[in-house]
Amino acid sequence: MSAPHTTPGSTGGSETPGPLHGGPDEEYTPERLATMTREELDLLGARYDGVQVLHVDPAPEPGSRVEKAAVRQVAMTFALAGLSAFAAFVVYAGSGWFLPDWQWDITEGGWSALFTPLIGGLGGLALTLVGVGMVLFTKKLLPHETAVQDKHDGSHFDRVTTGASLMGGLNTYGLARRKLITRSLVFMGGGVGLMLLMPLGGLIRNPNVGNPLGTTSWTEGMRLLRGDGSPIRPGDQQPGSLETVFPAVPGGNLESDAATMLIRLRPEQVSLERPREGQDDFGYGDYVAYSKICTHAGCPVSLYEQETSRILCPCHQSQFDVTQGAKPVFGPATRPLPQLPITVDDEGFFVARSDYIEAVGPTYWNRERI
Amino acid sequence: MARTATAPGVPTTPLGKAALEIDDRLIVAGPLRRTLNKVFPDHWSFLLGEIALYSFVILLLSGTYLTFYYDAAMTEVVYEGTYAPMRGLEMTAAYESTLKLSFDVRGGLFIRQLHHWAALLFVAAIVVHLLRIFFTGAFRRPRETNWLIGVALLVLSFAMGFTGYSLPDDLLSGTGLRIVSAIILSIPVVGTWVHWAVFDGDYVGEEILGRMYIVHVLIVPAILLGLIAVHLLMLVKQKHTQFPGPGRTEHNVVGNRLFPAFAVKAGGLFFIVFGVCAALGGLVQINPVWLWGPYNPAQVSAASQPDWYVMFLDGSTRLFPAWDINLPGNYTIPALFWPTVVLPGIIFTLLAAYPVIERKLTRDEASHHLLQRPRDVPVRTSLGMMALAFYIVLMFSGGNDVIAEKFDISLNAMTWAGRIGLVIVPPIVYLLTYRICLGLQKHDREVLEHGLETGVIRRLPHGEFIEVHQPLGPVDEHGHGQLAYGGAPVPKRMNQVGGARRAIRGFFSPIEEPARVELEQRRDEHGLSAAESRELTTSGRPSDGGRPQEPRD
Repeated sequence: MSAPHTTPGSTGGSETPGPLHGGPDEEYTPERLATMTREELDLLGARYDGVQVLHVDPAPEPGSRVEKAAVRQVAMTFALAGLSAFAAFVVYAGSGWFLPDWQWDITEGGWSALFTPLIGGLGGLALTLVGVGMVLFTKKLLPHETAVQDKHDGSHFDRVTTGASLMGGLNTYGLARRKLITRSLVFMGGGVGLMLLMPLGGLIRNPNVGNPLGTTSWTEGMRLLRGDGSPIRPGDQQPGSLETVFPAVPGGNLESDAATMLIRLRPEQVSLERPREGQDDFGYGDYVAYSKICTHAGCPVSLYEQETSRILCPCHQSQFDVTQGAKPVFGPATRPLPQLPITVDDEGFFVARSDYIEAVGPTYWNRERI
Repeated sequence: MARTATAPGVPTTPLGKAALEIDDRLIVAGPLRRTLNKVFPDHWSFLLGEIALYSFVILLLSGTYLTFYYDAAMTEVVYEGTYAPMRGLEMTAAYESTLKLSFDVRGGLFIRQLHHWAALLFVAAIVVHLLRIFFTGAFRRPRETNWLIGVALLVLSFAMGFTGYSLPDDLLSGTGLRIVSAIILSIPVVGTWVHWAVFDGDYVGEEILGRMYIVHVLIVPAILLGLIAVHLLMLVKQKHTQFPGPGRTEHNVVGNRLFPAFAVKAGGLFFIVFGVCAALGGLVQINPVWLWGPYNPAQVSAASQPDWYVMFLDGSTRLFPAWDINLPGNYTIPALFWPTVVLPGIIFTLLAAYPVIERKLTRDEASHHLLQRPRDVPVRTSLGMMALAFYIVLMFSGGNDVIAEKFDISLNAMTWAGRIGLVIVPPIVYLLTYRICLGLQKHDREVLEHGLETGVIRRLPHGEFIEVHQPLGPVDEHGHGQLAYGGAPVPKRMNQVGGARRAIRGFFSPIEEPARVELEQRRDEHGLSAAESRELTTSGRPSDGGRPQEPRD
């Protein structure tokens, strides 16, 4: 130990660590530590971490048959893992080189259908075997020790001293006394907070401009087109059939609210038909057109069972009766599917008489007000 | 010896010198030793959270790979790739990039499926981990904060799942997105405004995929990563809980040190989790988006179910009756709002608040580090099973169309079965669980009092037959065991108390000597079972007290 000295430029103070530094180094000198075995040192360190090793089930005796068997098992597992990993690599790299091409092929089966299962299966097997080997290694070849570690509650000393440091520091700020600063800080915090949130304002857009939820592309005289863009005449559909139709505007077949079901009722359905009030003339002959967008959650209602006149939504199983103005008869939907008023134009093709008279799709807060 | 040549303690080996160089600069020896010496409880149920952690690591790795190819653009393009059935079809660039990833990138499909399987496993592991924490009371003081973080992780993992499976923009995910759009619209007062903010206008717009993408790959993963770090730091700080048992107290942890044994075991588990995900990703097809086709708002396929963890919300939506609430002024609260926003809100609030609720009801303010067996807290166990039953009814209802089709049941009957089941199954499960808990408790106490059933029938001199019972510890003059129940498992079979020695190792032929095993076991007998002589003495029945006992030697 050298005597304390001061370095030029410093205003004094010891270069050697003070008594608070180092902990057990005082008690356990290098000389003393040098006399201890590795095992003793391990247990000594553990004791400083509050850990005591209670009991050790020894590993199998070196050279015993038990050990040899375990070593063989672990080595075999790792070797298999390596083999499987190399095989996965060969399949990955060799496909399209000395193995058939991996890319998708119109023919069923074959190498392209095997490629993904092979790299996944072999790769997965390799990784799993690595894990199994590691677990076998610890279970069969390591001594099993039972250790116990202490749990400490919070220290009163720490609490009191930390509290003193914190409160002492805060006290020197003097904010409780200097009210003007506190108030200006509160005001500043509000202002700066608002300012930082301000950019999010760019996300906010008014949903009530132009009633976008209540309108679709359908207008008076617009033709009803099939998905492929062809118009439809009254004679085109069999009784009992359903055709999904779209407005005759560019991209109409991808519009999210415009899809409409054109249904030709069977004669016995026509006799049962009871349209919604004020919508008696929305159909054309034995044809009716309803919105395809479910009034519950917006899925396309697609499954039409003509024997029962029901349309089922596959998402949540709402059922609508086409002979009763597409009124919901089962499931979570609350409103009928909106009906599109249709007629035929001069050339005999189906056209809309107007847009839907109500908002299509799911219900929302102010739907009834628009 | 080499030591004498230099000052004591100065390393002589190259490795030791390198370690000294590092520690001179970073002073890590102390913290490293503390880490290596940390004791982990040795029980399988403590590994469930680790499975979640490892699947998260796998998700980060595989997800990063997927971002190299995925394109979140919603512009319409015409497909010209390898997959012939779709050539010439119009689709979004997002869906096209997913097809490209699946068909034109070597091993891309494998990584995509691996990512999906790991995601399912991630949520499943979180849920099972949560159930373990719940049923053993590990959430009690001082761990309420970590419980809250855990619930937040669960909710965020749902958000990860939803934004993730919406990205391919296939018919299935587009349908899911449409339903979410309807759910947002159903929120009273602000629904349309929120929808316009999220989708940048009406459904579907041009922005939503790009926004969900950045939420999925940056915002939520960053929060998850931070919360997982806090979750683990708190675990290390507060140390593990443990099941009650010999030598285990509220002030210690009994188990293995991290190094050498536990680290290798945990590493092994990581590789097994990785391997299982990889095998699933290669062998078991998941979400074949090329079969669903590109999204079109006018099309849908039957049996469109979300991933398993969202099925309960699908189920609640199917079961909820058609109850719009019309308010004065022509305002409407849509029926959709209750099962999709209010119900999960209530479920997750109750889940998050459960530790506080239980503390208030039981007035138990003490710190607990020893776990409880579910049977010892019948009310909590029954509440948990009741909640689980509620969840499972909802989950099956989420697939009720598939069940109806496969088992040829009326779909409407399935819906009604779900509605009625949701009301009556949970209370029945509560009562059953409560009775089972009490029964298990009574049986534990009976074994402690009267001993183990040995299966040995003995005829007494006066002709009565009794079954001989093996007491677990010292008995009083009436033949009753004097051990009190301490919250730990009670042995129920003779072999658990050393009725027979363990099996001799060796598959084809024995590789150890039976006599040595016998000796080893005798040496190892400690604690409870060593204290008493293994003698079959009494029937353990109360009435034995006054009877003539067989002479003891």
